[in-house]
Amino acid sequence: MKYFVRKIGFFLLTLWAVVTLNFLIPRLQPGDPAEKLLRNLAGKNAQIDPSQIQALRTMLGVPDGSLISQYWQYLGSLVRGNFGVSYTYYPFSVIEVISKALPWTLVLVTIVYVISFVVGVVLGAFAAWKRNTRFDSVVTIGSTFVGTLNPFWIALILLSVFAYGLGWFPSDGGYSEATPGFTWSFAYDVISHAALPAVTLLIVTPIGWILGMRNTMVLNLGDDYIRLAKAKGLPNRTVALKYAARNALLPSITGFAIALGSVLGGAILVENAFDYPGLGRLMGEAVENKDYPLLQALMLLTTVATLTANLIADLLYGVLDPRARKVDA
Amino acid sequence: MSTTPGVPPTGDDAIASSGKAAVGLVEDQLEESSKPQQWYAVIWSSGKARVGVIILAVYILVALFAPLIAPYSPTDSSFLPLSPASGDHLLGTTTAGTDVFSQLIYGSRVSLLVGLLGGVIATIIALIIGMISGYTEGTIIDDILSFFTNTALVIPTLPLIITLVAYSEVRGIALIVGVIAITSWAGAARAKRAQIITLRNRDFVTAARFSGEGNLRIIFREILPNMSSLVVAGFVGAATGAIGAEAGLAALGLGDNNAVSWGTMLYQSNAQGALQQGLYLWVVVPGLVLGILITAMTFINFGVDLLSNPHLRED
Repeated sequence: MKYFVRKIGFFLLTLWAVVTLNFLIPRLQPGDPAEKLLRNLAGKNAQIDPSQIQALRTMLGVPDGSLISQYWQYLGSLVRGNFGVSYTYYPFSVIEVISKALPWTLVLVTIVYVISFVVGVVLGAFAAWKRNTRFDSVVTIGSTFVGTLNPFWIALILLSVFAYGLGWFPSDGGYSEATPGFTWSFAYDVISHAALPAVTLLIVTPIGWILGMRNTMVLNLGDDYIRLAKAKGLPNRTVALKYAARNALLPSITGFAIALGSVLGGAILVENAFDYPGLGRLMGEAVENKDYPLLQALMLLTTVATLTANLIADLLYGVLDPRARKVDA
Repeated sequence: MSTTPGVPPTGDDAIASSGKAAVGLVEDQLEESSKPQQWYAVIWSSGKARVGVIILAVYILVALFAPLIAPYSPTDSSFLPLSPASGDHLLGTTTAGTDVFSQLIYGSRVSLLVGLLGGVIATIIALIIGMISGYTEGTIIDDILSFFTNTALVIPTLPLIITLVAYSEVRGIALIVGVIAITSWAGAARAKRAQIITLRNRDFVTAARFSGEGNLRIIFREILPNMSSLVVAGFVGAATGAIGAEAGLAALGLGDNNAVSWGTMLYQSNAQGALQQGLYLWVVVPGLVLGILITAMTFINFGVDLLSNPHLRED
């Protein structure tokens, strides 16, 4: 029980830390966002009327007052789910803009996440079992090369071959039909738009699982219980799957949060390359337009998502492995 | 790729047990010769690491001698735009009329510089935090530093880097290196903390303490030299990450727009519609050389892993 309390405590403390970090980052920068925004609109050397700045501040809800009172204001608006107004999509609120983009990224990332976990773990386990064979080298070297390629670049290559060249897939956007709805043709439309972004991410994401699984399993294969299982005359399949792979799988769970972080990072590059209407492209737009409220909310959302994934992995680990509970208690 | 505190060692945490492993390593070699194998010999013994070292050496040479290798200045835009590959322009020219091959050669400088500086700074931060945290294990100082480390570990790096860069007005190499370094030290710090915990109760540390040496001296003069392979692994890992992060940032258009790097080449080729205009080399080659460099560095780290984890050695 103590283990779970500790993990939840860590989660809450980290949550507070990232919320505070998110509050501080924009305020570490010199200058006033409202003034910056006006300057961008009006041009570098134009005269800006102070009353205009004040008007903009009131309109956008840019906070005034001391740092402490701003902090309380910030926490209060977070609790109420108020992230302010997007500069880019004015007058829409940040929440409205994000909730429109969220489903696209959610579906893309979930599919990629699940497939890359399964593919990575299976390939890693086989590579470890067939250690130092040709299969192992191909998997390790191949996944290292492919997994370290820049997702943006892969996206461009796939675009040039499959979208511009062969014309099999559309080159940008999330759908092209005029009327979104729950019809077969619209579903097909969405899938064909998501295919290339998903493939791009699937090329780069399994490497962490592959190498992690392989290395853990190689270590496990040297353990006594494996030797015993072999000595008992158990078939190779049983030793590999039920003994080594099963035990090597457990530590992989702790990689969930890191993996989610890397998938989300990759999604930013990929969505921008494909102009895919998800959170990653939104982040690109927010950066380009200096849409700080939107950027801040996106950063917070991504961080809280990984924190939560981390908490779930920790709790799951505690349930699955009694040793973890004992060590930490 | 374990990241959660307190779970049994796995993946990169296997490094945590390298104190034990290092002893095993020495014992293994005692059978062959009386001298323990030098670290560079262990790294060189791995075929992958050997390939990695050779490739990296080539890249370093290209970066050093870029002015001799590149036929033109990377920013010279006096050529006919959109020229196909030819003897004068090995990879053609861009829409702005600059020579793609020259940009490629000079681009190696940015990547290697970012890797070197980003790696060094991240390693120094990781060393300081990891070593102090490990040495003071169980105290409030360790609790605070560990909390920072674990928090930094779960914050996704690329979104954080993008956010930090987005708020700054001037985007020079220094800013990018700094941002990458302060967002990527955590994993290495955790590994170093685990390592120092296994080392700090050894006899030679106790002896140093009894002979009246100060804490800082014990940490940096007695313990640090015993974990050099971990430091090297951390450096190579951080440098690799930094190179990748710079390329990612630049590809999104958040790089140093005055510098020519492989990432900015990708950004510009995409922004200028290179693919639609058939300028494939402008897009394909920068990403490819980048991928090869990062792969080479990952291979080197496979070799460094062998130092601390003999189980992984190729027989």
